[in-house]
Amino acid sequence: MRARFWPEAAMVAVLLLAPLVLPRLGFSYDLLQRILDWGLIGLGFDLLFGATGLLSFGQAAFFGTGGFVAAYLLLHHVLSSVWLALALGTLAAGLFGLAVGWLAVRRIGIYFAMITLAFGQMAYFLENSPLAAYTGGENGLPGVPVPMLGSYKIAAGMPMYWALAVIFLAGFVLARRILHSPFGAVLRAIKGNTARTGMTGHSVPAYKLAVFVIAALYAGLAGGLLGVFQSYMPPEAFSLDTSGQLVVQTVIGGVGTLVGPLLGATIWLWLRDNLQQVPHIGALWKLILGLIFVALVVMLKRGIAGEIRWAFSRRRLASAEAGVPEEAGEAAVMPPEAAALPMQAPLVVARADAPALRAIGLSKFYGGLHAVEGVSFDVRTGSIHAVIGPNGAGKSTLFKMLTDEVSPTSGDVLLFGQRVTGLGPTHTAQLGIGKSNQLNQLFLDLTVTENLRIAALARARGTFRADLWRAADSIAPVERQVAAAMDTVGLTHRADVPVHVLPYGEKRRLEIGIALAIGPNVLLLDEPLAGMSPAERVATRALVREIGRTRTLVVVEHDMDAIFELAERITVLYEGRLLADGTPEEIQRNQAVQDAYLGGLHEHEPA
Amino acid sequence: MPSAPLLLSQAFNGLALGTLLALVASGLTIILGTLGVLNFAHGALFMLGAYAMYVVTAQTGSYFLGILVGAVFMLVVGVVLERGLVRLFYGRPHEDQILVTFGAGIVIVEAVRAIFGANTQSVPTPSWGQGIVQLGFLFYPTYRLELIGIVAALLFALYLILYRTSIGLVVRAGIEDARMVGILGINVRRAFLLVFAIGVVAAGVSGMLYAPIVSVEPDMGSSFLVEAFVVIVIGGLGSYPGAVLGGLIAGEIISITSAFNAAYSEVMLYAVMALLLVLRPQGLFGSEGRV
Repeated sequence: MRARFWPEAAMVAVLLLAPLVLPRLGFSYDLLQRILDWGLIGLGFDLLFGATGLLSFGQAAFFGTGGFVAAYLLLHHVLSSVWLALALGTLAAGLFGLAVGWLAVRRIGIYFAMITLAFGQMAYFLENSPLAAYTGGENGLPGVPVPMLGSYKIAAGMPMYWALAVIFLAGFVLARRILHSPFGAVLRAIKGNTARTGMTGHSVPAYKLAVFVIAALYAGLAGGLLGVFQSYMPPEAFSLDTSGQLVVQTVIGGVGTLVGPLLGATIWLWLRDNLQQVPHIGALWKLILGLIFVALVVMLKRGIAGEIRWAFSRRRLASAEAGVPEEAGEAAVMPPEAAALPMQAPLVVARADAPALRAIGLSKFYGGLHAVEGVSFDVRTGSIHAVIGPNGAGKSTLFKMLTDEVSPTSGDVLLFGQRVTGLGPTHTAQLGIGKSNQLNQLFLDLTVTENLRIAALARARGTFRADLWRAADSIAPVERQVAAAMDTVGLTHRADVPVHVLPYGEKRRLEIGIALAIGPNVLLLDEPLAGMSPAERVATRALVREIGRTRTLVVVEHDMDAIFELAERITVLYEGRLLADGTPEEIQRNQAVQDAYLGGLHEHEPA
Repeated sequence: MPSAPLLLSQAFNGLALGTLLALVASGLTIILGTLGVLNFAHGALFMLGAYAMYVVTAQTGSYFLGILVGAVFMLVVGVVLERGLVRLFYGRPHEDQILVTFGAGIVIVEAVRAIFGANTQSVPTPSWGQGIVQLGFLFYPTYRLELIGIVAALLFALYLILYRTSIGLVVRAGIEDARMVGILGINVRRAFLLVFAIGVVAAGVSGMLYAPIVSVEPDMGSSFLVEAFVVIVIGGLGSYPGAVLGGLIAGEIISITSAFNAAYSEVMLYAVMALLLVLRPQGLFGSEGRV
């Protein structure tokens, strides 16, 4: 990701040219100011919805809060500096965002939209009656003063436009930095695959709350500016229509483009100002916009800015995808001779005296169903340990308890003697347990490099860090880790290919690569060979053996040839219970295993 | 402290408001529970029902014809919406479903505004609902009193459909696991269409019944939409009993609070919702893990 400044340069040009060109097309200075204000609240909203996928219908709450706090402070002469009042209004909106976000971000899509809408409406009622003594109720607050720049008064019209243009530009630059920062990379990962983001060791609720507060801060600043440039703070700032208008403008302009809300606002506000007065069609502009909005959503269109960007990026993508075959051929599946680049050292210093992983009496009951019951085993540090058993034996449930994705009904998991049960998958990942899943859990819209970077960032940055200003690819150890993991799983030639175009076998290897890139001490592989062609199986077996040289592996697999070739120790599960635990030779000789599992293999499992 | 008679009459007002909210929210919640779609157009459909009532009563003067024709009209609207739009979104993310129903709501509201104008319309109270009834502890408008009974009967009818018929069994099974119901060979698509249509009719009929006592205008639905959201968050997403109880609770919160301080009546509703989200996030009748 080389620094590209042309969007910033283009934005400067647009802001400079707008007051020269647009007034001829029916844009007054007042209209331009309102468009910039909507664009500003839209920057925060697009980080929230476009980048992170969180659809809020409550941005009006923060828009209004910022506006009314700033206006009140100025009109009651608590403060004389407009700038300071704007800052405090923004801060108040951020604090309100923190409270609402705390309740909303732990919930998925449907709940999130409902709760934000409801709190938006609550803010509207608060403004309207209980706080009417401070906010003017239905009358709003008239007479908000304009800001000073030294002794220069920023008057309405042209000076105010420039002030707003500078503030919008600063907001735009910041939003772009955030989007391309490590923090922004995690936001995009959350949108792509929330569960996997958490499993690689990022605290998803913390990131969601942070971006929610950022969006509230943008909204609060825009609200404060609304009162300033209109010299009036209207109660409608709090209304449901404000939140809804923002959503419509963003979708029409282009979700996830940052400039989309600005473009959408340009269209919405221009139509309203210029068509309102025209007889017969005056009332229809909103109906037409509504129909366009529905059509865009139905046809999966990206909005104006989104379609433009897509048209440009399609050519670039086409060349990147040109070399990707439908099915991985022989050449593509050859394993690396050896990992040429060293992986970063494991997270926890391995202690020779404790087993890497120890399961003690693990049980999981779903009502009357005993999925796993009283399973104990040790995984020796540096070994390749296999867990086998027929379908339904409880292998996947056991694996999920090892990473604490599923909390055990009883029992404990110890990592180098330290209890990890109850910490949740995010913290177990941070402590050094990585897992590749039976079904691929990838970030399909991101490239191979970006997928691996998400995992490596978790290792380097911990569960949460608000590094909003630096570039996502500027952390040297992270980039080394990405390169090493990519090399190990043999995907270096696909570095910049979006993952959704990769053939299945390569996706499978990337699934392992992501688990590897967090730098785990103990790597759990859930059916790494599932669904692979014979050639891919050979390559992946070599890959597993290679990885096993440097770290402890636990593998669930149905491919018995692979298991008996790779594993130093095998744990056998049968109907949720531990049937046997020993070396491959002991397991092969074990009569109970032969009767219950190997004997039954041909009956129960045609594969 | 307000007087006992005032509290009693406010509690009664709360019952009237609560049954309305219960009916609006039950339409929303059965669609959400069965189809997994949060219908943001629900408020617009409430408004559309009120306008249907206005048109028919203005032409014929008959209240019953208004309800009958209006209900059929809403059924058609529900079928068209499901077949033409909502069906395309079952496999798409929740955010897209929300966006498209939100957009459909805008289109409905603006279409009504384009046809009927932004002015307030009024629907006459039926002849059997004129006047005031002396209840002993308070005087109450006859139509509002009758309305409590009518809505309670409708809620009971909905209960019978959901809990005493085979289609209701399919719907309730669909709430638990729509895919499994499909695997069992039941035509889930047809059940979905039916549920969506029932939900739309419930919204529309609520609008029709309340048209005589509220001012009918294009934006009347949005506040009901938000309150219906609060009701199903309180009651538990997708739960029919939760919607009914949540509606009654919400109605009482608003009415009783306004006996103390009218300024806080709406705010209190959201405060209770926030409290519930902290203490019991899944709602009164919701099950953990569904959302």
